[in-house]
Amino acid sequence: MNWEVVIGLETHAQLQTRSKIFSGSSTAFGAEPNVQASAVDIALPGVLPVLNREAVVCAIKFGLAVGATIAPRSVFARKNYFYPDLPKGYQISQFEIPVVSGGGLDIRVGAGDTAKFVHLTRAHLEEDAGKSLHEDFHGRTGIDLNRAGTPLLEIVTEPDMRSSAEAVAYARALHALVQWIGICDGNMQEGSFRCDANVSVRRPGEPLGTRREIKNLNSFRFMQQAIDFEVQWQINEIEEGRAIRQATVLFDPDTGETRAMRTKEDAHDYRYFPDPDLLPLEITADWIALVRSGLPELPQAMQQRFQSELGLSAYDAAALTASREMAAYFEAALESAGRDNAKPVANWIMGELSARLNKEGLEIAAAPLSAPQLAGIVRRIADNTISNKIARDVFDALWAGEGRDADAVIAARGWQQITDTGAIEALVDEVLAANQKSVEEFRAGKEKAFNALVGQAMKATKGKANPQQVTDLLKKKLGV
Amino acid sequence: MSLNLEDVSRIALLSRIELSAAERETTRDQLNDILGFIEQLQAVDTAGIEPMAHAVDVVQRLRPDVVTETDRRADFQAVAPETEAGLYLVPRVVE
Repeated sequence: MNWEVVIGLETHAQLQTRSKIFSGSSTAFGAEPNVQASAVDIALPGVLPVLNREAVVCAIKFGLAVGATIAPRSVFARKNYFYPDLPKGYQISQFEIPVVSGGGLDIRVGAGDTAKFVHLTRAHLEEDAGKSLHEDFHGRTGIDLNRAGTPLLEIVTEPDMRSSAEAVAYARALHALVQWIGICDGNMQEGSFRCDANVSVRRPGEPLGTRREIKNLNSFRFMQQAIDFEVQWQINEIEEGRAIRQATVLFDPDTGETRAMRTKEDAHDYRYFPDPDLLPLEITADWIALVRSGLPELPQAMQQRFQSELGLSAYDAAALTASREMAAYFEAALESAGRDNAKPVANWIMGELSARLNKEGLEIAAAPLSAPQLAGIVRRIADNTISNKIARDVFDALWAGEGRDADAVIAARGWQQITDTGAIEALVDEVLAANQKSVEEFRAGKEKAFNALVGQAMKATKGKANPQQVTDLLKKKLGV
Repeated sequence: MSLNLEDVSRIALLSRIELSAAERETTRDQLNDILGFIEQLQAVDTAGIEPMAHAVDVVQRLRPDVVTETDRRADFQAVAPETEAGLYLVPRVVE
C-alpha cells in the first residue's frame, strides 16, 4: 500500500533593510559581537519599539508578488518564551491578523511544462532572535544580540507539497522571488533565508498524519536529504506499529539523519497577545498602489510574455526567469540578436552559457561573455557565417577574452564558412577522388558511406563549409 | 472560569517564576479574582462591535529606515553580570 507524503514549509526571509525592525541599529552582517545591539534590542527596561517603514514596504511587495491579500490593518503580538538569545522574554510577531494572507506560487518539478500551484497561508512580520554560541566559555553559553531585532518575513505554506522534490522546487521558487523583488538577499550561508519543513505521511485519502517539524534547513540539498530521511523514518515507525508523536527535529548533515530536539510545546504555551507597545499597522490602498508602481515586472508575467510574444515553451520561459539577472541577460541578448532569434538565444543561455557558469562557479552577472557578445554569435549562425560547431569555438574564444565580439574572432581566426559554391565544388571533387572506396560502397547501396563522405568534406574545410551546401553538392555529384 | 493549583504551577513554569506551596495558593486566589473582573467585563453585550487591538484608537507611526544607533556595547556590558569577548555569558544552554 502506498504512503502519501504531506509537506508544508515555513520560511524566514531576512528583509533587506538598513536598520532593524523596531530600532535604529544596523543590520549589517559580520560585525563584532553586540556592537549592533541597542537598548531596544537588548531589552533594557523602559524602551519602546518603533516600526521600520521599509520592513512594511517589503511585506507589501511580497504580498503583491504572490497575489495575496494585504491587511488594511494588522496587529503585532507577543510570542512568549524563555531563551537567553531573546532578551525580552517574548518575540514581537504577528498572530491573529498577519500583514499578508493567501496567495501562492507556481512551482515546477523536473523538465516538464506543467506547473503546480502552492498555496500560501500567510506571511507575517517579526523580529529575529540573537545567537547563542555554545563553544567553550568555561561551561557557559555566549550570547550575541547583533541579530536580535533583524526584520523577518515568515512565509507559511499550506500543506500542499507531496514530495521532497516539490518542497525543494517551492523553496527555490520562493528564494528566487524574494531576491527578484529585492526584499531579501537570499544568502543561505548567512542565514538570510531559512526553511522549516513540516512533514507527515498518510494513506491517500485519509486525514493528515501527525507531523514533525524539521528546523533550520539552510541549503536545498539538506532540505531534500532531511525530508527523504524523515519520510522513511515515519513510514518505518508506523509500519512497525508505533505512532508518530509531534516533535521538532534537527537534521544532522554529517549522518544524514533527523533527530528529535524537544517535544513541541502546543501553541497556547506561547501565550500570544497583542503587544501593547505597538499600535495596529495601517496599510492604505494608496500606499499599496505606490509600492505596486515600484515593483519590477514579476517572473510570472515575464514568463507569459516570453511564451506569447516570443513563442518560447513554458519550460524555457521558466528557466530564463530563474533570476532577475538571468532574465536581464536574456533580454539584453535578445535586443541585440533580434526577436527572430529568441529560441537560439534561449538555447545558448540555458545550454552552453549555463553549463560554463556552473562549471566555473560563476553567477550570470559575472559572466565573462556579455549578452551582446552572445547575441553576436547567434547572429552569425543565423546568417550562415559560421556553423554551430565553429560557434562553440567562438564562444570559447570570447569567454577567454579573445576579441571584442564574434565578428572580430571570426575574422582573426579565419573561421567564416566557405559559402563560395565554386570553392566547395572543387573541394567536393577532391574528396570524391580521394575516397573512391566510399563512393563505390555508396553506389552499392551503403547509405553510411555517404555520411563518411560528408564527414571527409567537412574535415577538409576544418568545419568551415556549410554542411547543407556540402550535402547538396555531394548528392548532385553522385547523381542522387 | 477559574484556575486550580495545577494551572498556577504551569503558568509559573512558563513564566520561570518559582512559587512556594503557600504562594501558589495566594496566587491562585489573586488570579481568580482578576478572572472574576474579566467575567464582569465579558458580561457586557459587545455584539456588532469590532474588537480593538489596542486601548487607544490610533494607528502605528512608522520610522524611516535609517541607522541611528551607535555602538554602546561597553556601556551595556559594564552593567552585565558576566561578559567575554564581547559576548554576554549565561548559564549553559543545551538543546
